This record gives sequence, C-alpha cells and structure tokens, in this order.
Amino acid sequence: MSEVVVLGAGMHPWGKWGRNFVEYGVVAARAALADAGLGWGDVGFLAAGNTMRNGYPGYVSGSTFAQSLGWQGTRVSSSFAACASGAVAIDSARAQIQAGRCDVALVVGADTAPKGFFGPLPGVRPEDPDWIRFHVLGATNPTYFALYARRRMEAYGATTDDFAAVKIKNSRHGLENPNARYRKEFGAAEIAESPVVADPLRLVDICATSDGAAALVLASAEYAARRADRDRHVRIAAISTVTPRYPNTYLDMPDIATDSAVGAALPERSFRDSIAHAAYEEAGLGPGDLSLAEVYDLSTALELDWYENIGLCGEGEAEALLRSGATTLGGRVPVNPSGGLACFGEAIPAQAIAQVVELTTQLRGEAGARQVDGARVGLSINQGLFGHGSCVIATR
Amino acid sequence: MKPRRPVVEGYFEERADGSAVLVGGRCDACGAYFFPKRFSFCRNPGCGAPDLADVELSTRGTLWSFTDNRYAPPPPYPAAEPFEPYGVAAVALEAEQMVVLGQLARGTDVAALHAGQAMELCAEDLYETDDAVVRVWKWRIA
Repeated sequence: MSEVVVLGAGMHPWGKWGRNFVEYGVVAARAALADAGLGWGDVGFLAAGNTMRNGYPGYVSGSTFAQSLGWQGTRVSSSFAACASGAVAIDSARAQIQAGRCDVALVVGADTAPKGFFGPLPGVRPEDPDWIRFHVLGATNPTYFALYARRRMEAYGATTDDFAAVKIKNSRHGLENPNARYRKEFGAAEIAESPVVADPLRLVDICATSDGAAALVLASAEYAARRADRDRHVRIAAISTVTPRYPNTYLDMPDIATDSAVGAALPERSFRDSIAHAAYEEAGLGPGDLSLAEVYDLSTALELDWYENIGLCGEGEAEALLRSGATTLGGRVPVNPSGGLACFGEAIPAQAIAQVVELTTQLRGEAGARQVDGARVGLSINQGLFGHGSCVIATR
Repeated sequence: MKPRRPVVEGYFEERADGSAVLVGGRCDACGAYFFPKRFSFCRNPGCGAPDLADVELSTRGTLWSFTDNRYAPPPPYPAAEPFEPYGVAAVALEAEQMVVLGQLARGTDVAALHAGQAMELCAEDLYETDDAVVRVWKWRIA
C-alpha cells in the first residue's frame, strides 16, 4: 500500500475562546489548504472528528464542515473515537486515497470545550459505563490519571518531583509555540503551590479542557510527486487505531473494573504497548528510529507511562530517562516539543490531528525555536476512552 | 427511618451481618468473570457462551492503586454540600484475576495506604433522597 503524503497543515490556536467550534475548524481547514497551496475545490474527500458537546452539528462534523466551507458535493466521513477521533479521521482519509477514490483529502477536528471537569452526557443512564463511573464513584478523568500516577510511584518509585519535571520541560517546550494556549514557564516552587486535585496530582499536572482546531491536507504519493514543493512533503508511514485484546487487565477509562484473566491467556502486550507496536510494524521502524514523539500527556505522570509504551525505555525506567534529559529539546529523542497537552489543553477531536501537525512542522524543519535538529521520523500517540488506540508515524 | 436502596440495582448486595458483596457474572464455559455483568453473554473472544451466571465476587483483595478527590465532580455525582472529599481505590481480586474500583470508606487515611495491602468490601451511604437512603459499595482497610 503506497504511503500518503501530508501537503498541508494548519491550526486555530488553542484557548478558551467561547466561540462555535465550526469557526475554529474552518480557520484550521483554510490554513491547511493555504499551506498546501490548494483550494477547497481541490478536495475530493473530507474526514472530520466529531465533538459530543456541541449538539447535532458535532455528531455530523464532516457535513458540518463541508457546508461551512461551501457545499460542493464532497464525500465526507464523521468519526468519533473520543481522544482518538482525529486519528480515525486521518485513517479514514488515507483509506480513501489509498483506494484510489480521491487524490486529495482534508482532515479537520475542532472543539469548543466546557470549563472544568468533563462529565458524561446528560440524563440518567445506568446502562452507560461513563454515567456509572461518575454517579456511583465520582471517578472523574483526573481520578483515573491519579490512580495511574500513584501506581507509578508504588511500582517504580516515581516521585512528585518527577511529575513536576515533566511539567517544567513541557512548559519550556511550548513557550515559543504560537498555537499553544499556555506559554508560561513553570518552576518547581510554583508547581508545589498548585492545589492537589486528585492525590498525587496537582492542578498543573492535569491538562485543561480547551477550544481549538487542527487540519491536514493529505494526498496520494502520485499526486504529490507532480508538485514542486516536494522538499516540504511529509509521509504518513503508519496509522494504528487498534483496540485492546482480551483480557485487558489494565484499568481503562471509563470502566470500573478490568477484564478477568481467568479462562484466557494474557495478550502478548498491554493495550497501550500494542498501539505503538502496530504502528512500528506497519512502518517497518522501531523506537530507535524516532527523532521525536508527541505523546498524550493528559497528566504529567501519564507522559512517563508513554515513554515505556512506545519503547523509549523499559518498564519502570521512564523516570531515569526523563532525568537524563533525553526527552528534553536538545536530547536524544525530545518528547512533546510542541509543549504537549500541558501547554495546549485538550480539544478532543482536534488533538490527534494537532499532534500530526506538530510532526509535520518538525519534519519539515519549520518549528523555529522548538525545532528538533535533523528530525526525520516522528511518532504521535494517544488513547481514547472506551478502548481506542491512536498512533501515527510520519517520516520525511 | 428511610429504607435503603443500592445506587444501582444488581451491582452489590448487603448482608444481614453488615458486610457487602459485589455481584458479577461468571461464564460456566470458560470461567471468566465480569463486573458489572452488563450483558447476558461471555465477552471472551475464544468463548462467546450465550449465558453468564450471577456470582458473588471475592470480598477481599489487595490494593493496586488509590487516590483522593479534593474537588467536587460534575453531575451526575451526588456531591454533598459542603463538598466532602472522597478516596477511590483500585483493588485486585486474586480468584477473579481482575481489578475493581470503589470509593474508600469514609475516614480512610489515604496518606497511610500502600499498594499491596489487604482491603475488604463494605457499604456506606452515598446520598439520600426524599424517600430512601442510597447505598454504595466501598473498600476499606482489612
């Protein structure tokens, strides 16, 4: 299967702007098209990521953006996979291109997020695990992040100083990113004064909920080869959208219990490990090939989990890798050079697309002050609740 | 006195001696457990048997991880006024080979907890309505 090429990337800055999500998405889409030197009329397929908190237009995001950019008969898809929605949209666009049904596809994700904790959809729904965990246990997203963080402390000796070091690193990385919502350097003293939300995590350890949008213009390799701007082209080497394998014995949002391991052999890899593994297999690459990674730092501690899940180090070794400086800009494999969710906050359907925008910017060598020198291979990874994997490997 | 009712039907039972037990599903064909039971069928892809039996889960386990929550969650959590912080524990059950979440019993000193320690199930009030006291299962130090 031939590789698909990224011709254009664009964003609407992350923030708390309070406007309709469609406004952000159209800005990002036009920015990506302009970056590609193409117009909406060149797009043969539009794939969008849904938002659950903006009414019906959010459930039919593909047609919402097609109408907003101007009806022209374009075929669309609208995907929802929680935080992995953007990766599923990218995968949908790639499949259309690879199947020869279009030369150019546009991918868009945009969100307007409420303030504070994400809650479940309204109503009384005891059949919905997402409702159950809130109503019965008060298990918010930060509750789960805190359980994972405490597990790292108990199992591997991680400390709150390690979590603070992730925050300090990412806050420095994002300082010069014009699309980041928070562009402020954090120090240890300030972090120590941040209120504890869910022990051991403080408010500054946990990502905010943001408004924002990201978009990509993808094209077939044949189409891209005919263009003059080939030195800016970035190739999508792999997309992994795997689900868990049974029994999934690692606690996963929004479930209140894991699978039972009775009566079935454990899978070869944990779910999170398997997300990256599938992408590495498809790309024919491994962790040692990475120039950089964008990982889903919903919390500072979770970034450390991802180091191990993507194979940058062995289990329980993430704190040592962080302390070595390897994952800081200038190190062996910088992680979250964009500043990550620490600097952006989470705009759910846009986030996986924004990660690939950063890979594209880095691999082109256009990242300015946060540029990873000589970047050739980038990996982005995240996970959507209800068992959605999301990983993209891009190369130049 | 208002009658007691469980926060969700079928997830747990309280016994006359004051103890509590979670009720899940067990597949008679492959032996897998499920909590909550949710569906009538087995979700092991190597099995897929059409029926699950109701089964009482182990009431004791070992602590896998824990946290406390210091801010009121959004609805539908029935947060008390003023807000009362609460702990959440993830407890591994040996026979079932699974981890089950529950709030920590009121008054549990979260700072004194450590992974691997023995926990046991209990039940406490979660909130009150006009006509009932709503109960929930919790984990406490064994």
